[in-house]
Amino acid sequence: MAEHVSTAGPTGRSTGLSAGVVTGVVTAPRRPGGTAAGATAERPAVPPEAVVAGPGPAPGGPVAGRPRARRLGPGPRRPYARLVGPLLLLAVWAGASAAGVLDPRVLPAPWSVVRTGAELWSGGTLRTDLGTSLWRAAQGFAIGLTAGVVLALAAGLSRVGEALIDGTVQVNRAVPTLGLIPLFILWLGIGETFKVVIIAIVVYIPVYLNLHAALAGIDARYVELAEVLRFGRWRFVRQVVVPGALPGFFVGLRLAVTGSWLSLVVLEQINATNGLGYMMFQAQNYGQTQVIVLGLLIYGVFGFASDTAVRLLERRVLSWRRSLSS
Amino acid sequence: MAPIAEQLTRPAVRLAALTRSFGSRTVLDAIDLEIPAGQFVALLGHSGSGKSTLLRAIAGIDHDTAGSGGLSAPERVSVVFQDSRLLPWSRVLENVLLGVGKRDADGRPPAERGRAALAEVGLAGRERAWPGELSGGEQQRAALARALVREPELLLADEPFGALDALTRIRMHALLRELWQRHRPSVLLVTHDVDEAAALADRVLVLERGRISVDLEIDLPHPRSYRDPLLGEYRERLLAALGVRPDGAPATGAARDGAASAGSAGPGGES
Repeated sequence: MAEHVSTAGPTGRSTGLSAGVVTGVVTAPRRPGGTAAGATAERPAVPPEAVVAGPGPAPGGPVAGRPRARRLGPGPRRPYARLVGPLLLLAVWAGASAAGVLDPRVLPAPWSVVRTGAELWSGGTLRTDLGTSLWRAAQGFAIGLTAGVVLALAAGLSRVGEALIDGTVQVNRAVPTLGLIPLFILWLGIGETFKVVIIAIVVYIPVYLNLHAALAGIDARYVELAEVLRFGRWRFVRQVVVPGALPGFFVGLRLAVTGSWLSLVVLEQINATNGLGYMMFQAQNYGQTQVIVLGLLIYGVFGFASDTAVRLLERRVLSWRRSLSS
Repeated sequence: MAPIAEQLTRPAVRLAALTRSFGSRTVLDAIDLEIPAGQFVALLGHSGSGKSTLLRAIAGIDHDTAGSGGLSAPERVSVVFQDSRLLPWSRVLENVLLGVGKRDADGRPPAERGRAALAEVGLAGRERAWPGELSGGEQQRAALARALVREPELLLADEPFGALDALTRIRMHALLRELWQRHRPSVLLVTHDVDEAAALADRVLVLERGRISVDLEIDLPHPRSYRDPLLGEYRERLLAALGVRPDGAPATGAARDGAASAGSAGPGGES
Protein backbone atom coordinates (compact mmCIF):
# COMPACT_ATOMS: atom_id res chain seq x y z
CA MET A 1 0.00 0.00 0.00
CA ALA A 2 2.65 2.46 1.04
CA GLU A 3 4.58 1.82 -2.12
CA HIS A 4 1.49 2.38 -4.17
CA VAL A 5 0.90 5.73 -2.56
CA SER A 6 4.48 6.88 -2.78
CA THR A 7 4.87 6.11 -6.47
CA ALA A 8 1.58 7.70 -7.36
CA GLY A 9 2.76 11.19 -6.52
CA PRO A 10 5.89 11.71 -8.56
CA THR A 11 4.87 9.54 -11.50
CA GLY A 12 3.70 12.44 -13.60
CA ARG A 13 6.96 14.28 -13.10
CA SER A 14 9.32 11.35 -13.47
CA THR A 15 7.78 10.06 -16.68
CA GLY A 16 8.71 13.33 -18.28
CA LEU A 17 12.29 13.15 -17.08
CA SER A 18 13.10 9.51 -17.45
CA ALA A 19 10.43 7.97 -19.59
CA GLY A 20 12.96 5.76 -21.30
CA VAL A 21 14.07 4.22 -18.04
CA VAL A 22 10.59 3.82 -16.70
CA THR A 23 9.10 2.12 -19.71
CA GLY A 24 12.22 0.24 -20.65
CA VAL A 25 12.12 -1.98 -17.61
CA VAL A 26 10.03 -5.05 -18.17
CA THR A 27 12.60 -7.42 -16.77
CA ALA A 28 11.20 -8.75 -13.51
CA PRO A 29 8.42 -11.21 -14.28
CA ARG A 30 5.68 -10.93 -11.71
CA ARG A 31 2.76 -13.09 -10.73
CA PRO A 32 3.58 -16.25 -12.66
CA GLY A 33 -0.06 -17.31 -12.76
CA GLY A 34 -0.70 -14.21 -14.75
CA THR A 35 -4.42 -14.52 -14.34
CA ALA A 36 -5.82 -12.74 -11.36
CA ALA A 37 -3.93 -9.83 -9.93
CA GLY A 38 -5.02 -7.35 -7.31
CA ALA A 39 -8.74 -7.05 -7.04
CA THR A 40 -9.79 -10.31 -8.65
CA ALA A 41 -7.28 -12.31 -6.65
CA GLU A 42 -9.06 -11.26 -3.51
CA ARG A 43 -12.17 -13.21 -2.67
CA PRO A 44 -15.04 -12.47 -4.98
CA ALA A 45 -17.73 -13.55 -2.51
CA VAL A 46 -18.08 -10.44 -0.41
CA PRO A 47 -21.09 -10.38 1.87
CA PRO A 48 -23.47 -7.48 1.22
CA GLU A 49 -22.80 -5.70 4.51
CA ALA A 50 -19.18 -5.35 3.54
CA VAL A 51 -20.23 -2.81 0.96
CA VAL A 52 -22.09 -0.89 3.60
CA ALA A 53 -19.14 -0.86 5.94
CA GLY A 54 -16.61 0.29 3.41
CA PRO A 55 -17.26 4.04 3.11
CA GLY A 56 -14.96 4.70 0.17
CA PRO A 57 -15.73 3.74 -3.40
CA ALA A 58 -13.60 1.41 -5.52
CA PRO A 59 -13.14 -1.71 -3.44
CA GLY A 60 -10.34 -4.07 -4.25
CA GLY A 61 -6.69 -4.56 -3.46
CA PRO A 62 -3.77 -2.42 -4.55
CA VAL A 63 -3.57 -1.87 -8.27
CA ALA A 64 -0.95 -4.15 -9.79
CA GLY A 65 0.74 -1.91 -12.27
CA ARG A 66 3.48 -2.96 -14.65
CA PRO A 67 6.89 -3.24 -12.98
CA ARG A 68 8.87 -0.08 -13.06
CA ALA A 69 12.19 1.03 -11.68
CA ARG A 70 12.25 1.98 -8.04
CA ARG A 71 12.59 5.73 -7.84
CA LEU A 72 15.21 5.65 -5.07
CA GLY A 73 16.82 2.43 -6.26
CA PRO A 74 20.00 2.22 -8.28
CA GLY A 75 18.01 1.60 -11.46
CA PRO A 76 17.51 -1.48 -13.58
CA ARG A 77 20.11 -4.21 -13.90
CA ARG A 78 21.94 -4.64 -17.21
CA PRO A 79 23.36 -8.01 -18.19
CA TYR A 80 27.16 -8.23 -18.06
CA ALA A 81 27.29 -4.75 -16.51
CA ARG A 82 29.95 -6.00 -14.13
CA LEU A 83 32.35 -6.39 -17.06
CA VAL A 84 32.22 -2.70 -17.96
CA GLY A 85 34.79 -1.56 -15.36
CA PRO A 86 37.46 -4.17 -16.17
CA LEU A 87 37.01 -3.70 -19.92
CA LEU A 88 37.32 0.06 -19.58
CA LEU A 89 40.53 -0.38 -17.62
CA LEU A 90 41.84 -2.65 -20.37
CA ALA A 91 40.94 -0.08 -23.01
CA VAL A 92 42.78 2.69 -21.15
CA TRP A 93 45.80 0.44 -20.78
CA ALA A 94 45.78 -0.48 -24.48
CA GLY A 95 45.29 3.13 -25.49
CA ALA A 96 48.16 4.36 -23.32
CA SER A 97 50.47 1.65 -24.66
CA ALA A 98 49.56 2.37 -28.27
CA ALA A 99 50.13 6.08 -27.74
CA GLY A 100 53.55 5.33 -26.31
CA VAL A 101 52.75 6.93 -22.95
CA LEU A 102 53.57 3.69 -21.08
CA ASP A 103 57.17 2.54 -20.88
CA PRO A 104 57.05 -1.20 -21.77
CA ARG A 105 59.62 -1.88 -19.04
CA VAL A 106 57.17 -0.49 -16.49
CA LEU A 107 53.99 -1.90 -17.96
CA PRO A 108 54.10 -3.78 -21.28
CA ALA A 109 51.29 -3.44 -23.79
CA PRO A 110 48.37 -5.85 -23.54
CA TRP A 111 49.20 -7.48 -26.84
CA SER A 112 52.78 -8.19 -25.83
CA VAL A 113 51.48 -9.79 -22.65
CA VAL A 114 49.08 -11.92 -24.71
CA ARG A 115 51.92 -12.86 -27.09
CA THR A 116 54.09 -13.91 -24.15
CA GLY A 117 51.16 -15.97 -22.83
CA ALA A 118 50.77 -17.72 -26.19
CA GLU A 119 54.49 -18.49 -26.34
CA LEU A 120 54.58 -19.87 -22.81
CA TRP A 121 51.44 -21.88 -23.48
CA SER A 122 52.79 -23.53 -26.62
CA GLY A 123 56.08 -24.11 -24.80
CA GLY A 124 54.13 -26.07 -22.18
CA THR A 125 55.38 -24.26 -19.07
CA LEU A 126 52.31 -22.05 -18.65
CA ARG A 127 50.02 -25.06 -19.02
CA THR A 128 51.84 -26.89 -16.22
CA ASP A 129 52.01 -23.85 -13.94
CA LEU A 130 48.35 -23.03 -14.45
CA GLY A 131 47.25 -26.61 -13.91
CA THR A 132 49.27 -26.88 -10.71
CA SER A 133 47.87 -23.64 -9.33
CA LEU A 134 44.28 -24.55 -10.16
CA TRP A 135 44.64 -27.99 -8.61
CA ARG A 136 46.09 -26.53 -5.40
CA ALA A 137 43.31 -23.94 -5.15
CA ALA A 138 40.61 -26.53 -5.88
CA GLN A 139 41.90 -29.02 -3.30
CA GLY A 140 42.31 -26.42 -0.59
CA PHE A 141 38.95 -24.90 -1.38
CA ALA A 142 37.12 -28.22 -1.29
CA ILE A 143 38.66 -29.25 2.02
CA GLY A 144 38.17 -25.82 3.59
CA LEU A 145 34.57 -25.60 2.42
CA THR A 146 33.71 -29.02 3.80
CA ALA A 147 35.42 -28.32 7.10
CA GLY A 148 33.75 -24.91 7.44
CA VAL A 149 30.26 -26.28 6.77
CA VAL A 150 30.64 -29.29 9.05
CA LEU A 151 32.07 -27.25 11.92
CA ALA A 152 29.47 -24.51 11.57
CA LEU A 153 26.61 -27.02 11.57
CA ALA A 154 28.05 -28.80 14.59
CA ALA A 155 28.54 -25.54 16.47
CA GLY A 156 25.27 -24.00 15.35
CA LEU A 157 22.99 -26.94 16.07
CA SER A 158 24.29 -28.21 19.39
CA ARG A 159 25.50 -26.55 22.56
CA VAL A 160 28.24 -29.16 23.01
CA GLY A 161 29.47 -28.44 19.50
CA GLU A 162 29.41 -24.72 20.16
CA ALA A 163 31.37 -25.13 23.39
CA LEU A 164 34.02 -27.22 21.69
CA ILE A 165 34.28 -25.53 18.33
CA ASP A 166 33.37 -21.87 18.41
CA GLY A 167 36.06 -20.65 20.78
CA THR A 168 38.69 -22.75 19.04
CA VAL A 169 37.84 -21.31 15.65
CA GLN A 170 37.94 -17.79 17.06
CA VAL A 171 41.47 -18.44 18.36
CA ASN A 172 42.45 -19.88 15.00
CA ARG A 173 41.04 -16.82 13.32
CA ALA A 174 43.08 -14.50 15.53
CA VAL A 175 46.32 -16.20 14.44
CA PRO A 176 47.36 -14.87 11.02
CA THR A 177 47.18 -17.91 8.77
CA LEU A 178 50.16 -16.86 6.69
CA GLY A 179 52.13 -16.70 9.93
CA LEU A 180 51.60 -20.43 10.22
CA ILE A 181 53.59 -21.08 7.05
CA PRO A 182 57.00 -21.64 8.75
CA LEU A 183 55.51 -24.05 11.26
CA PHE A 184 53.60 -25.95 8.60
CA ILE A 185 56.71 -26.28 6.45
CA LEU A 186 58.51 -27.83 9.42
CA TRP A 187 55.59 -30.16 10.07
CA LEU A 188 54.53 -31.10 6.57
CA GLY A 189 57.57 -30.40 4.44
CA ILE A 190 57.73 -28.01 1.53
CA GLY A 191 55.60 -30.21 -0.77
CA GLU A 192 51.99 -29.84 -1.82
CA THR A 193 50.41 -30.80 1.50
CA PHE A 194 51.25 -27.67 3.43
CA LYS A 195 50.05 -25.43 0.60
CA VAL A 196 46.72 -27.19 0.42
CA VAL A 197 46.36 -27.06 4.21
CA ILE A 198 47.06 -23.32 4.32
CA ILE A 199 44.50 -22.66 1.57
CA ALA A 200 41.98 -24.84 3.38
CA ILE A 201 42.46 -22.83 6.58
CA VAL A 202 42.03 -19.54 4.73
CA VAL A 203 38.85 -20.91 3.15
CA TYR A 204 37.19 -22.53 6.14
CA ILE A 205 37.27 -19.48 8.39
CA PRO A 206 34.92 -17.18 6.43
CA VAL A 207 32.67 -20.14 5.61
CA TYR A 208 32.45 -21.08 9.27
CA LEU A 209 31.98 -17.55 10.59
CA ASN A 210 29.23 -16.58 8.19
CA LEU A 211 27.35 -19.87 8.29
CA HIS A 212 27.53 -19.99 12.08
CA ALA A 213 26.28 -16.43 12.39
CA ALA A 214 23.47 -17.22 9.95
CA LEU A 215 22.47 -20.31 11.89
CA ALA A 216 22.46 -18.36 15.14
CA GLY A 217 20.43 -15.60 13.53
CA ILE A 218 17.48 -17.69 12.34
CA ASP A 219 14.36 -15.62 12.96
CA ALA A 220 12.79 -16.66 16.26
CA ARG A 221 9.35 -16.31 14.68
CA TYR A 222 10.11 -19.22 12.38
CA VAL A 223 11.31 -21.28 15.32
CA GLU A 224 7.99 -20.57 17.00
CA LEU A 225 6.15 -21.59 13.84
CA ALA A 226 8.06 -24.86 13.73
CA GLU A 227 7.03 -25.49 17.33
CA VAL A 228 3.39 -24.80 16.58
CA LEU A 229 3.55 -27.15 13.60
CA ARG A 230 5.13 -29.80 15.84
CA PHE A 231 8.23 -30.18 13.69
CA GLY A 232 10.74 -32.82 14.64
CA ARG A 233 14.37 -31.79 14.91
CA TRP A 234 15.34 -33.11 11.50
CA ARG A 235 12.40 -31.46 9.76
CA PHE A 236 13.16 -28.19 11.56
CA VAL A 237 16.77 -28.27 10.38
CA ARG A 238 15.85 -29.19 6.81
CA GLN A 239 12.97 -26.79 6.27
CA VAL A 240 13.80 -23.82 8.48
CA VAL A 241 17.44 -23.76 9.58
CA VAL A 242 19.28 -24.69 6.40
CA PRO A 243 17.28 -22.59 3.93
CA GLY A 244 17.25 -19.70 6.39
CA ALA A 245 21.03 -19.82 6.74
CA LEU A 246 21.81 -20.09 3.03
CA PRO A 247 22.08 -16.32 2.38
CA GLY A 248 24.75 -16.06 5.08
CA PHE A 249 26.49 -19.13 3.74
CA PHE A 250 26.85 -17.53 0.33
CA VAL A 251 28.48 -14.45 1.83
CA GLY A 252 31.04 -16.77 3.38
CA LEU A 253 31.45 -18.71 0.16
CA ARG A 254 32.32 -15.61 -1.83
CA LEU A 255 34.88 -14.50 0.73
CA ALA A 256 36.30 -18.02 0.67
CA VAL A 257 36.70 -18.07 -3.10
CA THR A 258 38.63 -14.82 -3.03
CA GLY A 259 40.65 -16.04 -0.06
CA SER A 260 41.75 -19.20 -1.82
CA TRP A 261 43.25 -17.17 -4.68
CA LEU A 262 44.92 -14.70 -2.34
CA SER A 263 46.64 -17.37 -0.29
CA LEU A 264 47.70 -19.14 -3.48
CA VAL A 265 49.59 -16.04 -4.64
CA VAL A 266 51.47 -15.76 -1.38
CA LEU A 267 52.25 -19.47 -1.11
CA GLU A 268 53.55 -19.78 -4.63
CA GLN A 269 55.71 -16.71 -4.39
CA ILE A 270 57.40 -17.81 -1.19
CA ASN A 271 57.74 -21.54 -1.36
CA ALA A 272 57.20 -23.23 -4.68
CA THR A 273 58.99 -24.81 -7.59
CA ASN A 274 56.07 -24.48 -9.98
CA GLY A 275 52.74 -22.73 -10.29
CA LEU A 276 51.74 -19.26 -11.41
CA GLY A 277 53.32 -17.54 -8.44
CA TYR A 278 56.60 -19.32 -9.09
CA MET A 279 56.45 -18.28 -12.74
CA MET A 280 56.07 -14.65 -11.71
CA PHE A 281 58.84 -14.91 -9.11
CA GLN A 282 61.22 -16.27 -11.72
CA ALA A 283 60.21 -13.54 -14.15
CA GLN A 284 61.17 -10.94 -11.55
CA ASN A 285 64.70 -12.39 -11.47
CA TYR A 286 64.99 -12.09 -15.23
CA GLY A 287 63.22 -8.75 -15.51
CA GLN A 288 60.37 -10.13 -17.63
CA THR A 289 57.68 -7.61 -16.81
CA GLN A 290 55.23 -9.06 -19.33
CA VAL A 291 55.34 -12.48 -17.60
CA ILE A 292 54.57 -10.88 -14.23
CA VAL A 293 51.69 -8.96 -15.74
CA LEU A 294 50.51 -12.16 -17.43
CA GLY A 295 50.43 -13.94 -14.07
CA LEU A 296 48.54 -11.09 -12.47
CA LEU A 297 46.05 -11.07 -15.33
CA ILE A 298 45.44 -14.79 -14.98
CA TYR A 299 44.87 -14.43 -11.23
CA GLY A 300 42.49 -11.58 -11.91
CA VAL A 301 40.52 -13.46 -14.54
CA PHE A 302 40.22 -16.58 -12.42
CA GLY A 303 39.26 -14.64 -9.32
CA PHE A 304 36.62 -12.74 -11.24
CA ALA A 305 35.32 -15.89 -12.93
CA SER A 306 35.04 -17.89 -9.71
CA ASP A 307 33.30 -15.03 -7.95
CA THR A 308 30.86 -14.75 -10.85
CA ALA A 309 30.23 -18.50 -10.69
CA VAL A 310 29.35 -18.25 -7.00
CA ARG A 311 27.10 -15.29 -7.73
CA LEU A 312 25.22 -17.23 -10.40
CA LEU A 313 24.85 -20.20 -8.08
CA GLU A 314 23.58 -17.87 -5.37
CA ARG A 315 20.99 -16.36 -7.67
CA ARG A 316 19.78 -19.81 -8.62
CA VAL A 317 19.60 -21.21 -5.12
CA LEU A 318 18.17 -18.06 -3.55
CA SER A 319 15.72 -17.35 -6.34
CA TRP A 320 13.06 -16.58 -3.74
CA ARG A 321 15.02 -13.43 -2.87
CA ARG A 322 15.27 -12.13 -6.40
CA SER A 323 12.25 -9.91 -5.95
CA LEU A 324 14.21 -7.94 -3.34
CA SER A 325 17.58 -7.54 -5.03
CA SER A 326 16.49 -6.88 -8.60
CA MET B 1 -28.84 -20.27 19.86
CA ALA B 2 -26.36 -22.87 20.91
CA PRO B 3 -27.61 -25.84 18.97
CA ILE B 4 -23.94 -26.52 18.55
CA ALA B 5 -23.13 -26.15 22.19
CA GLU B 6 -25.75 -28.68 23.14
CA GLN B 7 -24.22 -31.36 20.98
CA LEU B 8 -21.01 -31.00 22.82
CA THR B 9 -19.81 -33.48 25.30
CA ARG B 10 -16.50 -32.19 26.54
CA PRO B 11 -14.90 -28.75 26.31
CA ALA B 12 -12.11 -28.27 23.80
CA VAL B 13 -10.17 -25.98 26.07
CA ARG B 14 -10.25 -25.90 29.83
CA LEU B 15 -8.23 -23.48 31.95
CA ALA B 16 -8.21 -23.87 35.71
CA ALA B 17 -6.71 -21.03 37.74
CA LEU B 18 -4.21 -20.40 34.96
CA THR B 19 -1.61 -17.91 36.12
CA ARG B 20 1.28 -16.49 34.15
CA SER B 21 3.72 -13.80 35.15
CA PHE B 22 6.71 -11.96 33.75
CA GLY B 23 8.97 -11.32 36.69
CA SER B 24 6.92 -9.73 39.43
CA ARG B 25 4.12 -8.68 37.07
CA THR B 26 1.17 -11.04 36.94
CA VAL B 27 -0.16 -11.10 33.39
CA LEU B 28 -2.78 -13.80 33.78
CA ASP B 29 -4.34 -13.99 37.22
CA ALA B 30 -5.98 -17.33 38.00
CA ILE B 31 -8.13 -17.59 34.89
CA ASP B 32 -10.87 -20.19 34.75
CA LEU B 33 -12.29 -20.76 31.29
CA GLU B 34 -13.97 -23.46 29.28
CA ILE B 35 -14.39 -23.30 25.53
CA PRO B 36 -16.83 -25.92 24.23
CA ALA B 37 -15.81 -27.82 21.13
CA GLY B 38 -16.80 -25.97 17.99
CA GLN B 39 -17.43 -22.61 19.65
CA PHE B 40 -16.20 -19.40 18.04
CA VAL B 41 -14.79 -17.23 20.82
CA ALA B 42 -13.25 -13.79 20.54
CA LEU B 43 -10.92 -12.47 23.22
CA LEU B 44 -10.85 -8.69 23.54
CA GLY B 45 -8.57 -6.51 25.57
CA HIS B 46 -6.30 -3.51 25.63
CA SER B 47 -2.75 -4.01 24.50
CA GLY B 48 -0.87 -5.40 27.43
CA SER B 49 -3.97 -6.97 28.94
CA GLY B 50 -2.55 -10.45 28.51
CA LYS B 51 -4.55 -11.59 25.46
CA SER B 52 -1.57 -12.85 23.56
CA THR B 53 -0.08 -14.41 26.66
CA LEU B 54 -3.26 -16.41 27.11
CA LEU B 55 -3.21 -17.55 23.51
CA ARG B 56 0.45 -18.47 23.68
CA ALA B 57 -0.16 -20.43 26.86
CA ILE B 58 -2.89 -22.46 25.18
CA ALA B 59 -0.68 -22.94 22.12
CA GLY B 60 2.14 -24.14 24.36
CA ILE B 61 4.70 -21.62 23.11
CA ASP B 62 5.12 -19.56 26.28
CA HIS B 63 8.44 -21.00 27.37
CA ASP B 64 9.79 -17.86 28.96
CA THR B 65 6.90 -17.21 31.30
CA ALA B 66 6.57 -18.59 34.77
CA GLY B 67 3.17 -19.82 35.77
CA SER B 68 0.84 -22.32 37.37
CA GLY B 69 -2.63 -23.68 36.91
CA GLY B 70 -4.35 -26.34 34.87
CA LEU B 71 -4.59 -26.28 31.11
CA SER B 72 -6.03 -28.81 28.73
CA ALA B 73 -6.13 -28.27 24.99
CA PRO B 74 -6.86 -30.60 22.07
CA GLU B 75 -4.21 -32.61 20.29
CA ARG B 76 -4.53 -30.83 16.95
CA VAL B 77 -4.06 -27.09 17.41
CA SER B 78 -3.33 -24.60 14.64
CA VAL B 79 -2.12 -21.06 15.19
CA VAL B 80 -2.49 -18.07 12.88
CA PHE B 81 -0.25 -15.16 13.77
CA GLN B 82 -0.56 -11.48 13.01
CA ASP B 83 2.15 -11.86 10.39
CA SER B 84 1.45 -14.67 7.97
CA ARG B 85 4.73 -16.31 8.97
CA LEU B 86 5.12 -18.03 5.63
CA LEU B 87 8.65 -19.29 5.11
CA PRO B 88 9.96 -16.96 2.38
CA TRP B 89 12.15 -19.68 0.85
CA SER B 90 9.29 -22.14 0.36
CA ARG B 91 6.62 -21.84 -2.27
CA VAL B 92 3.03 -21.28 -1.21
CA LEU B 93 1.99 -24.91 -1.52
CA GLU B 94 5.07 -26.09 0.38
CA ASN B 95 4.22 -23.61 3.11
CA VAL B 96 0.69 -24.93 3.38
CA LEU B 97 2.00 -28.49 3.63
CA LEU B 98 4.56 -27.68 6.33
CA GLY B 99 2.69 -29.28 9.18
CA VAL B 100 1.05 -32.08 7.22
CA GLY B 101 1.84 -35.74 7.66
CA LYS B 102 2.07 -38.33 4.93
CA ARG B 103 -1.61 -39.12 4.44
CA ASP B 104 -4.86 -38.11 6.08
CA ALA B 105 -7.69 -40.38 7.18
CA ASP B 106 -9.12 -40.55 3.65
CA GLY B 107 -5.73 -41.53 2.27
CA ARG B 108 -5.48 -38.42 0.12
CA PRO B 109 -1.90 -37.42 -0.67
CA PRO B 110 -0.74 -34.22 1.06
CA ALA B 111 -0.29 -32.19 -2.13
CA GLU B 112 -3.90 -32.74 -3.05
CA ARG B 113 -5.07 -31.63 0.38
CA GLY B 114 -2.86 -28.56 0.18
CA ARG B 115 -4.30 -27.63 -3.20
CA ALA B 116 -7.81 -28.10 -1.87
CA ALA B 117 -7.05 -25.88 1.13
CA LEU B 118 -5.59 -23.17 -1.10
CA ALA B 119 -8.65 -23.34 -3.35
CA GLU B 120 -10.83 -22.96 -0.27
CA VAL B 121 -9.18 -19.68 0.67
CA GLY B 122 -9.32 -18.43 -2.92
CA LEU B 123 -5.68 -19.02 -3.82
CA ALA B 124 -6.11 -21.73 -6.44
CA GLY B 125 -3.45 -21.36 -9.09
CA ARG B 126 -0.95 -19.65 -6.77
CA GLU B 127 0.61 -22.88 -5.51
CA ARG B 128 3.98 -22.21 -7.14
CA ALA B 129 4.22 -18.54 -6.11
CA TRP B 130 6.78 -17.36 -3.57
CA PRO B 131 5.26 -15.78 -0.44
CA GLY B 132 6.99 -12.52 -1.38
CA GLU B 133 4.90 -12.36 -4.53
CA LEU B 134 1.60 -12.38 -2.62
CA SER B 135 -0.21 -9.36 -1.22
CA GLY B 136 -0.66 -9.05 2.52
CA GLY B 137 -4.20 -10.37 2.32
CA GLU B 138 -3.17 -13.28 0.14
CA GLN B 139 -0.36 -14.15 2.52
CA GLN B 140 -2.81 -14.27 5.39
CA ARG B 141 -5.11 -16.47 3.33
CA ALA B 142 -2.23 -18.85 2.74
CA ALA B 143 -1.59 -18.85 6.49
CA LEU B 144 -5.26 -19.74 7.04
CA ALA B 145 -4.95 -22.57 4.52
CA ARG B 146 -1.89 -23.84 6.36
CA ALA B 147 -3.80 -23.76 9.63
CA LEU B 148 -6.85 -25.54 8.23
CA VAL B 149 -5.16 -28.22 6.17
CA ARG B 150 -4.13 -29.85 9.44
CA GLU B 151 -7.81 -30.22 10.37
CA PRO B 152 -7.39 -28.61 13.78
CA GLU B 153 -9.76 -29.16 16.66
CA LEU B 154 -8.74 -25.73 17.94
CA LEU B 155 -7.79 -22.72 15.86
CA LEU B 156 -5.90 -20.01 17.73
CA ALA B 157 -5.67 -16.69 15.92
CA ASP B 158 -3.56 -13.86 17.36
CA GLU B 159 -4.85 -10.65 15.75
CA PRO B 160 -4.70 -12.35 12.36
CA PHE B 161 -6.12 -9.38 10.48
CA GLY B 162 -4.38 -6.65 12.45
CA ALA B 163 -1.92 -5.83 9.68
CA LEU B 164 -4.45 -5.79 6.85
CA ASP B 165 -6.24 -2.83 5.34
CA ALA B 166 -9.89 -2.32 6.23
CA LEU B 167 -11.37 -3.70 3.01
CA THR B 168 -9.24 -6.81 2.97
CA ARG B 169 -10.07 -7.32 6.62
CA ILE B 170 -13.80 -7.37 5.92
CA ARG B 171 -13.32 -10.01 3.23
CA MET B 172 -11.17 -12.04 5.58
CA HIS B 173 -13.88 -11.90 8.25
CA ALA B 174 -16.35 -13.46 5.86
CA LEU B 175 -13.80 -16.05 4.83
CA LEU B 176 -12.92 -17.01 8.38
CA ARG B 177 -16.54 -17.39 9.35
CA GLU B 178 -17.22 -19.47 6.24
CA LEU B 179 -14.26 -21.73 6.90
CA TRP B 180 -15.33 -22.14 10.50
CA GLN B 181 -18.82 -23.17 9.41
CA ARG B 182 -17.39 -25.80 7.11
CA HIS B 183 -14.74 -27.26 9.44
CA ARG B 184 -16.14 -26.48 12.87
CA PRO B 185 -12.99 -26.15 14.92
CA SER B 186 -13.15 -24.33 18.20
CA VAL B 187 -11.82 -20.85 17.55
CA LEU B 188 -10.11 -18.44 19.91
CA LEU B 189 -9.67 -15.16 18.08
CA VAL B 190 -7.55 -12.63 19.91
CA THR B 191 -8.27 -9.09 18.78
CA HIS B 192 -8.42 -5.52 19.98
CA ASP B 193 -11.11 -4.70 17.44
CA VAL B 194 -14.55 -4.62 19.03
CA ASP B 195 -16.33 -4.64 15.66
CA GLU B 196 -14.41 -7.68 14.58
CA ALA B 197 -15.22 -9.54 17.77
CA ALA B 198 -18.91 -8.63 17.68
CA ALA B 199 -19.31 -9.47 14.02
CA LEU B 200 -17.58 -12.83 14.08
CA ALA B 201 -17.83 -14.51 17.45
CA ASP B 202 -20.59 -16.38 19.23
CA ARG B 203 -19.01 -15.50 22.53
CA VAL B 204 -16.81 -12.56 23.44
CA LEU B 205 -14.47 -12.44 26.40
CA VAL B 206 -12.88 -9.25 27.67
CA LEU B 207 -9.56 -9.63 29.39
CA GLU B 208 -8.74 -6.87 31.82
CA ARG B 209 -5.68 -6.84 34.06
CA GLY B 210 -5.17 -10.55 33.76
CA ARG B 211 -8.78 -11.50 34.51
CA ILE B 212 -11.79 -12.14 32.35
CA SER B 213 -14.04 -9.21 33.19
CA VAL B 214 -16.80 -9.87 30.65
CA ASP B 215 -18.06 -13.12 29.17
CA LEU B 216 -20.76 -12.27 26.66
CA GLU B 217 -22.66 -14.61 24.35
CA ILE B 218 -23.71 -12.91 21.12
CA ASP B 219 -26.94 -14.52 20.06
CA LEU B 220 -27.34 -13.16 16.54
CA PRO B 221 -27.60 -15.04 13.26
CA HIS B 222 -24.89 -14.94 10.61
CA PRO B 223 -23.98 -13.23 8.39
CA ARG B 224 -24.32 -10.23 10.69
CA SER B 225 -25.04 -6.79 9.39
CA TYR B 226 -23.06 -3.94 10.88
CA ARG B 227 -26.32 -1.96 10.72
CA ASP B 228 -28.19 -4.37 12.95
CA PRO B 229 -29.15 -2.32 16.04
CA LEU B 230 -28.86 -5.41 18.20
CA LEU B 231 -25.25 -5.84 17.11
CA GLY B 232 -24.76 -2.19 17.94
CA GLU B 233 -25.95 -2.84 21.48
CA TYR B 234 -23.46 -5.64 21.92
CA ARG B 235 -20.72 -3.43 20.54
CA GLU B 236 -21.53 -0.65 22.94
CA ARG B 237 -21.52 -3.00 25.86
CA LEU B 238 -18.12 -4.31 24.85
CA LEU B 239 -16.79 -0.79 24.28
CA ALA B 240 -18.01 0.21 27.70
CA ALA B 241 -16.27 -2.81 29.18
CA LEU B 242 -13.09 -1.62 27.51
CA GLY B 243 -13.55 1.85 28.95
CA VAL B 244 -14.67 3.66 25.79
CA ARG B 245 -17.89 5.68 25.74
CA PRO B 246 -20.12 5.44 22.63
CA ASP B 247 -18.93 8.85 21.42
CA GLY B 248 -15.39 7.54 21.42
CA ALA B 249 -14.09 9.51 24.39
CA PRO B 250 -12.62 7.58 27.28
CA ALA B 251 -14.96 7.00 30.18
CA THR B 252 -14.69 9.33 33.15
CA GLY B 253 -11.73 8.81 35.38
CA ALA B 254 -8.89 6.54 34.42
CA ALA B 255 -9.92 4.40 31.45
CA ARG B 256 -8.87 1.23 33.17
CA ASP B 257 -10.90 1.90 36.32
CA GLY B 258 -13.87 2.74 34.16
CA ALA B 259 -13.45 -0.48 32.27
CA ALA B 260 -13.29 -2.55 35.40
CA SER B 261 -16.44 -1.04 36.86
CA ALA B 262 -18.28 -1.22 33.56
CA GLY B 263 -17.38 -4.85 33.30
CA SER B 264 -18.65 -5.73 36.74
CA ALA B 265 -21.67 -3.47 36.45
CA GLY B 266 -22.94 -5.28 33.39
CA PRO B 267 -24.62 -8.35 34.85
CA GLY B 268 -26.61 -8.78 31.68
CA GLY B 269 -23.39 -9.48 29.94
CA GLU B 270 -22.18 -12.15 32.30
CA SER B 271 -23.20 -15.64 31.45
